[in-house]
Amino acid sequence: MSDWGINVIFQGQNFLRLLEGLGVSMRIAVVSVLISSVCGIFLGLLMTSRYVAVRSLCRSYLEAVRIVPLLVWLFVFYFELTKVLHLQLPAEFVADIVFSIWGTAEMGDLVRGAVTSLPAHQRESGLAVGLTRWQVYRYVILPQAVRRLLPSAINLVTRMIKTTSLVVLIGVVEVLKIGQQIIEVSILKVPTASFWVYAIIFFLYFIICWPISLWAKHLEKRWQ
Amino acid sequence: MKETEKILLEVHKLKKNYGNKEILHGIDFSVHRGEVVVLLGPSGCGKSTFLRCLNGLEEIQSGSILLDGSIISDGKAEWYAIRQKIGMVFQSYDLFPHMTVIENILLGPLKAQKRKKNEVEKQAAELLERVGLLDRKDDYPAQLSGGQKQRVAIVRALCMNPEIMLFDEVTASLDPEMVREVLDVMKELAQQGMTMLIVTHEMNFARSVADRIVFIDEGCIVEESEPEQFFTAPQTERAQRFLDIFSYEN
Ligand SMILES: Nc1ncnc2c1ncn2[C@@H]1O[C@H](COP(=O)(O)OP(=O)(O)OP(=O)(O)O)[C@@H](O)[C@H]1O
Ligand SMILES: [Mg+2]
Repeated sequence: MSDWGINVIFQGQNFLRLLEGLGVSMRIAVVSVLISSVCGIFLGLLMTSRYVAVRSLCRSYLEAVRIVPLLVWLFVFYFELTKVLHLQLPAEFVADIVFSIWGTAEMGDLVRGAVTSLPAHQRESGLAVGLTRWQVYRYVILPQAVRRLLPSAINLVTRMIKTTSLVVLIGVVEVLKIGQQIIEVSILKVPTASFWVYAIIFFLYFIICWPISLWAKHLEKRWQ
Repeated sequence: MKETEKILLEVHKLKKNYGNKEILHGIDFSVHRGEVVVLLGPSGCGKSTFLRCLNGLEEIQSGSILLDGSIISDGKAEWYAIRQKIGMVFQSYDLFPHMTVIENILLGPLKAQKRKKNEVEKQAAELLERVGLLDRKDDYPAQLSGGQKQRVAIVRALCMNPEIMLFDEVTASLDPEMVREVLDVMKELAQQGMTMLIVTHEMNFARSVADRIVFIDEGCIVEESEPEQFFTAPQTERAQRFLDIFSYEN
């Protein structure tokens, strides 16, 4: 049986370790998605501010985050910042921070797009019934904006989940890293080990992201 | 004209610019309590702009607006509080699409005025009954016709117990067969003594509902008169030209 490559996955603790690694990736994804959602809403609202200065400040933040590759941000925070500030942040914590910064920027832009796509008279009708500016956002603008942006926000979430695999490069031991470790110890005995390990990782990501994508499609239909 | 007990809304030398362009050139104007004033004028003359200034949706450059004797345009009073006394209905269907009819109506009274839910619900039901839409109270705006939406929009404004109602061409985007049902509601309101400021292109309606016609052209009030006088013998040549355009309609 040992010539069946797929057995590599189920030898010893291998599968359990892969799941554990996946858990690390998912924890980073969940934390950063939550932070990004909350901060993204505020950033998005600020991006529709009446004040040019506020708008351009937000815009520069978004552009800065987008122009520099995410991997570079990870390196900057993990290697450079520690040098400059003389403090060693744990890799997973750095991952949380960088992914939140990125997610907030992207989510903010989605919120901005959704809010500005609403007709202006929605805001005015809200004001006309005596609501304050804040109440108009709370009861009129945001509920409608969320419906519009949910499909694209969910796509962003799946993108963030997949992109967490980058954190392996600052030394976080997540599913990809554990996969590599398993391959290293098995490759001599089982030449096809790497194929099976990557196949199972593909499958695990698929199992997580696919239902989320389906849900996005479903909402898109229901709310259009 | 009705007994003119008391001036409710007063405007002095109101000027409004968009960019460098002056749109309203010093408007002097007033409405008495219970009076129905219809604003007429060619497209682009500034009727909508004027109404929007009255409830603070547009900033004014100079002049003053007084409601019930106190100044509301000096930046000291909060517009959101003043708007609770000034109901406005727009041309575009402006119901909130994510809320049912009743939720649309309750939003202002509950959140802005902080009134009690059961009291407001009762009032909303009475008002909906009056416009014949009580059975649609749990429908979403998308399920209503244009005329029904505008009637709900009127109820939504009325449920705030405003002192004055502003109507900006509320029938302009309706199919002809629905115009009547909305105008009837407004007519009834007028008869009940609501103070109203109406912009419309429905000349017959204007003639029958107005206590006074105010004719605006190029950002100035050109003529003010009683409807019979205005429609039969306008005093200015500009008003005459304006009326000629509509003479084919009737
Ligand atoms: N947001 C704006 N920015 C710049 N100019 C504007 C704006 N809104 C209106 N205007 C201009 O102000 C003038 C008055 O517009 P307004 O909408 O008040 O006219 P109106 O009398 O309501 O016309 P209509 O009968 O077509 O509704 C027009 O010349 C218009 O082009
Ligand atoms: Mg107009």
